[in-house]
Amino acid sequence: MGSFGMIIGTWLAGFLTFAILSFLYKDNPFYKLAEHLYVGVSAGYWLIYVAFFDVEPMLVRGFLDETGIEKWILLVPAALGVIMLSRWFPKTAWLSRWPIAFTVGVGAGLGITANIQGYVVPQIQATLLPITGLNMDSLDSLILVVGVVTTILYFYFSKPHKGILGGAAKVGIVFIMISFGASFGYTLMARLSLLIGRLYFILSDLLHII
Amino acid sequence: MDERPRRSFWEIMNDIDRRIIFVILFVVVAIPLVLKVGGTIPPTAPVEGAHEAVESLEAGDYLMVSIDFDATSAPELMPMLRSVLRQAFAKDVKVIMLGHIAIGLPLGHMALEQVAAEYDAEYGVDYVDLGYRPGYIAVMIAMGREIEDIFRTDYQGTSIREMPITADVHSYADIDLLFGFEHGAVIDYWVRYAQARFDQRMAFGTTAVMAPDAYPYLQSGQIEGLVGGLKGAAEYETLIGQPGLGTRGMPAQEWGHLLVIGFIVLGNLGYFFTRGKQRKPAA
Repeated sequence: MGSFGMIIGTWLAGFLTFAILSFLYKDNPFYKLAEHLYVGVSAGYWLIYVAFFDVEPMLVRGFLDETGIEKWILLVPAALGVIMLSRWFPKTAWLSRWPIAFTVGVGAGLGITANIQGYVVPQIQATLLPITGLNMDSLDSLILVVGVVTTILYFYFSKPHKGILGGAAKVGIVFIMISFGASFGYTLMARLSLLIGRLYFILSDLLHII
Repeated sequence: MDERPRRSFWEIMNDIDRRIIFVILFVVVAIPLVLKVGGTIPPTAPVEGAHEAVESLEAGDYLMVSIDFDATSAPELMPMLRSVLRQAFAKDVKVIMLGHIAIGLPLGHMALEQVAAEYDAEYGVDYVDLGYRPGYIAVMIAMGREIEDIFRTDYQGTSIREMPITADVHSYADIDLLFGFEHGAVIDYWVRYAQARFDQRMAFGTTAVMAPDAYPYLQSGQIEGLVGGLKGAAEYETLIGQPGLGTRGMPAQEWGHLLVIGFIVLGNLGYFFTRGKQRKPAA
């Protein structure tokens, strides 16, 4: 039964792979079927996961098992969650701003400190590296500082990009272009990896050629 | 009689149907897969850093594995996930899996069960799958205080206090290394909340698209290693001495890159040789 299920699953995956790839030729009903299936199955997965990994253990079971303030505090997120559903009804949609405001407030509060502590300060520290003489480490440090400063200057628009500022901005563009090139190269590698993954599946699991 | 002007080679190249390019790309990528060409990929420093981070763990230490990707990134991240798990189980390191992308967690679980079976590891003793909880930030911050506040049970509903592997695990202080597999911005949250706040040691495997965004964390020393894309996966397989799908896919990757470089050169030459030329309207 397991092996029969595997065969059906493999053929189904093969059909859906070809259905998605058929979009490269042109849009067609097979592609639409596969796309809608993906969206539907993903949404179903999320719903089940949230219900069984969050609402049931954290809210329902938590409310039943806990005592004292730990129990009653759970009514607050439950109420905020229910209020979010008010968006379905135009007359009461304004109520959904409260849970959204709560989420945005908490997110902003946590985000500001985390970004400073975990990103801005460590990155500044990692940028301002010492130049210790004529060696490769010092050259790396110099390139890093020049890259950061000139890139920032490129995005300084309060003065026309002329003279020293214009020259620095042009150097900044070079660094930005190198960054774009690296990103494009990595993106190409990622997309090709997806193609390799699907081709490997087709040639190996589906057709048993390799 | 056809009176259309004859088009030059470069004009034809400039106007080539994209579907022909797709077919050529398919064939070029498929050939190395079928011929099984290629060899091992020499490791680079970022991947060696990730490997050394896992290698530094001793038997009985805890490795937390975070599955933060789904099927769209599986060809890149699954090979490196299997490699890291193999390295961990070979050293008798305890593996605690969790994830922040609900539809990707089953992929992580499949890899965990597959590799655990290779090493006769026992569920609840040598490894555990805690499952998924929504809200990255809340989960990461709460785990710094008490993991049980967020994960009272594993993915099957068994209390984490009833399983030997998690009976005495309370917070990041008990986790010796976190290894995240990322296809999106969750890596930023891990670094900014778990590393910056709780000084959690961490290394990451990312998709190639995400790798440039992750390099600053490596350069600043906030993470100990970075395995980027299929190439990184192949390098990791070299380091653990077990070639897998990463190594297998790299020749196809190289052939595909050469083809794209060729197309870019051809396209630019075509533009250079035909610029300024305008087609005359048909009489």
